[in-house]
Amino acid sequence: MKRRKLISVALACAGLCLVSACGGSSSSSSGSAAFDAGNTSIVNASDATGGTLNYGMTNQFDSVDPGNTYYAFSWNFSRLYAVPLLSYNPAPGKAGENLVPGLATGMGTTSADGLTWTYHLKSGMKFADGEPITSADVKYAVERTFAKDVLPNGPAYFQTYLANAANYPGPYKDKDPNGLAAIETPDDTTVVFHLSQKFSDFNYLVANPQTAPVPPAKDTGANYQTQVVGSGPYTIKPGSVNPTTGFSLIKNPYWKSSNDPYIKQTADQINVSFNLAADDLDNRLLSGSIDLDLYGTGLNTAARSKVLSSAQLKKNTDAALSGFLWYYPIDTQVIPNVDCRKAVEYAADKTLFQNAYGGDLAGGDIASTVLPPNIIGYNKFDDYEALTQPGGDIQKAKDELAKCGKPTGFSFNVAVRGDRPKEVASAQALQTALAKVGIKIDILQYPTGQYGTSYIGSPSFMQQHNIGMGTYGWEADWPDGFGFLYSIASGNAILQAGNSNISMLNDPQVNNLLNQAAATKDQAQQTQIYQQIDKIMMDQATVLPEVYAKSLLYRPSDLTNVYVSSVFGMYDYTQIGKKSS
Amino acid sequence: MTAPLDVPGSSTEAVPEATTAGLGEKAIQGRSLGQIAWMRLKRDKWALTGGVVIVVLVLLAVASVFLNAAHIIDPDTFHSELIDATFGRPTGAFGGISLQHPLGVDPANGRDLLARVLVGSQFSLLIAAGSTLLSVLIGVVMGLLGGFFGGWVDGVISWLMNAFLAFPLLLFAIALSGVVQQSAFGLTGNALHVLVLVFVIGFFNWPYIGRIVRGQTLSLREREFVDAARSQGARGGYILRHELLPNLLAPILVYTTLLIPTNILFEAALSFLGVGLHPPTPTWGGMLSDAVINGSYSVDPEYVLVPGLAIFITVMAFNLLGDGLRDALDPRAR
Repeated sequence: MKRRKLISVALACAGLCLVSACGGSSSSSSGSAAFDAGNTSIVNASDATGGTLNYGMTNQFDSVDPGNTYYAFSWNFSRLYAVPLLSYNPAPGKAGENLVPGLATGMGTTSADGLTWTYHLKSGMKFADGEPITSADVKYAVERTFAKDVLPNGPAYFQTYLANAANYPGPYKDKDPNGLAAIETPDDTTVVFHLSQKFSDFNYLVANPQTAPVPPAKDTGANYQTQVVGSGPYTIKPGSVNPTTGFSLIKNPYWKSSNDPYIKQTADQINVSFNLAADDLDNRLLSGSIDLDLYGTGLNTAARSKVLSSAQLKKNTDAALSGFLWYYPIDTQVIPNVDCRKAVEYAADKTLFQNAYGGDLAGGDIASTVLPPNIIGYNKFDDYEALTQPGGDIQKAKDELAKCGKPTGFSFNVAVRGDRPKEVASAQALQTALAKVGIKIDILQYPTGQYGTSYIGSPSFMQQHNIGMGTYGWEADWPDGFGFLYSIASGNAILQAGNSNISMLNDPQVNNLLNQAAATKDQAQQTQIYQQIDKIMMDQATVLPEVYAKSLLYRPSDLTNVYVSSVFGMYDYTQIGKKSS
Repeated sequence: MTAPLDVPGSSTEAVPEATTAGLGEKAIQGRSLGQIAWMRLKRDKWALTGGVVIVVLVLLAVASVFLNAAHIIDPDTFHSELIDATFGRPTGAFGGISLQHPLGVDPANGRDLLARVLVGSQFSLLIAAGSTLLSVLIGVVMGLLGGFFGGWVDGVISWLMNAFLAFPLLLFAIALSGVVQQSAFGLTGNALHVLVLVFVIGFFNWPYIGRIVRGQTLSLREREFVDAARSQGARGGYILRHELLPNLLAPILVYTTLLIPTNILFEAALSFLGVGLHPPTPTWGGMLSDAVINGSYSVDPEYVLVPGLAIFITVMAFNLLGDGLRDALDPRAR
């Protein structure tokens, strides 16, 4: 499994909901503008239609093509014009993590052996050109994501889990008219997936945009992103896509809300502008000429201080958990003694970490677990007094050092991405705190580009350079423990380059539990397994959590139906409209 | 033999410019070029200011070593109570300026900026001076050899210069600093990193001064005084050291003072890219890049201002002195 590259968010009230209102009834609860209101309620709920939405972003889409994109914001936004088989419940809070029908009539039905998943398409769904959407379009859409040479960006789960599919080259090279045998289309409304192994999270896989239908006759490979044929309430305005400046969406005239109640067709047009300067974007957002920062990572420093120091502006913001965990994996090969690792856990000053990432509103909440609160399987516990004594417990750290046989401390190196000042600041905070108990670290800075592949992602590099820890961030591709934990906890996920299991954790018990989770259909049992794995990872001190990341999101007061999606860690883009002025 | 430039006690027959001071009743005295240059330099207030500033900076940098050792200044202690993490700025006004922190604190961790700028000056100046010295040393030797001997020696050296000039220095610096991380040559920590930076910056910048020296040597070696020396039996080495080098002193000196600020900026650029000394060691460039990448400039402009001004003042001082020296030593350049 791979992490989605961008920041996704989680909800402040996760796990066992602390606020009673945030649980079930949320889809109907409507809030008025107040700070953090979007975390628990729908702000300005309304059925108003019309108007034009202008979205901006500092970056650009990796691709507008639903089969070629791997950003959280893009998975969120693309549902407006490319509907996958399943989607997420449009509701704030935990309820938003439930899957709902998209193109399919309901959740997949699985065979007794768990290796076959069947979905039925709703009838009457049509592309923006008036053609009916058939199961062949879905099959083709998945097939084309196998052509990594043409569409490199998406995740590769289907390659892993579909039967005999790993070497399928995609429809551009494969000339077999039947295509990929692992996907069957017995009739126009049925899609059957054949898996190579049991995988109980398969419903989450078909909720990603790779299953959004693509008509084979209209596909032009990498160029398809300029002429995507819409399957949702919107379609891409023909000729509007410019990879450096943006694109526009217009209404799909053939879309009927009765056919897809979980998504809204509100504005007449949605414009997206790419590559705006960060401070410029924030200023335009505050002045109202831009309606949303599509990237969803929140306001920058300058706008943040402006907004937070004005009550009038602050009520239009939400400090949304992004679903990201900032943490230090502790390499168990470089620091093999568990007591030595525990000493690090106790000595670290978690308040300084929080400061380094931007405080409690824009940085995040101090973390004490591996799973962030938005993930199914999160269970709050606190092995190392991160919450009760966030400044670090010197005495306990010294006790652990004595147990590990190094009462005067030891030394190792810590890797950081040198061009990320927050991570550098965090590493210096770690350095200061560990020095108090005699643990000396040297901070080695590496470029972000190769960090995950050749530096921290290379176990041999870590060992050669005595790098015991490194700054790291992680989020899940879907909101349950398997999606979050597999790559960073499974011994089977250890790679020689591009490794994400930086702790080099290869614990038979953890590996076993992960296999069980993939095989069982019982959600309660899965949840319990994820909790168990989380606890083992913390007990083994393989991870030093820093913060559950937060983004300070701004919602202009004239937007309707605004709330934070717990899955994507930003506003849910499928519901937003604009008040008529 | 004649050596137009200052050889103590000797007088020269050619004084290039009439000295205005000599017209009065005072007896006309012979002055060496060195004396004349010094006289001119004294009249150049800007150059003198630059010189004084440099002396003060060096004294401060040296003093900071002892102040740091005696814990009178403290560049590393966090003061998280002085910063507002959410707003990314110190809580106090003007970057958190107070009696304890006369220049404020850094917005991420609340460390004392005055202490960091002072300690940073050690490294920034040391690296700039060291690398300049290395460049000048290599450049002068290569330039002299190439210019004086000509032929295939000059061919090889000129080719080398071109090769070095074509070298992607920044990429190399990043690669090398990335590779040499821990310990090498029996050195570790800051000593090693300073050495690596000095080497990278110095070793790849020599062709610039090398070309200037070579050009000057080419013209000087045809001059009469060199012929005269040669006709009296002087050998290559002697001519290089006693006839040519003294005449090259002026351009070398000038170029050196102009190279130092370039190297300070280069060190800053490397710090900006995350290459260079390891945290928490402060350098001016490192502080600046910290402020800029983090977007601090918009909420805490003082954090940009402090290291920025330090670099500005230093570069300005060296440039003023360099310009003044050139005017003083080479009147024709006016």
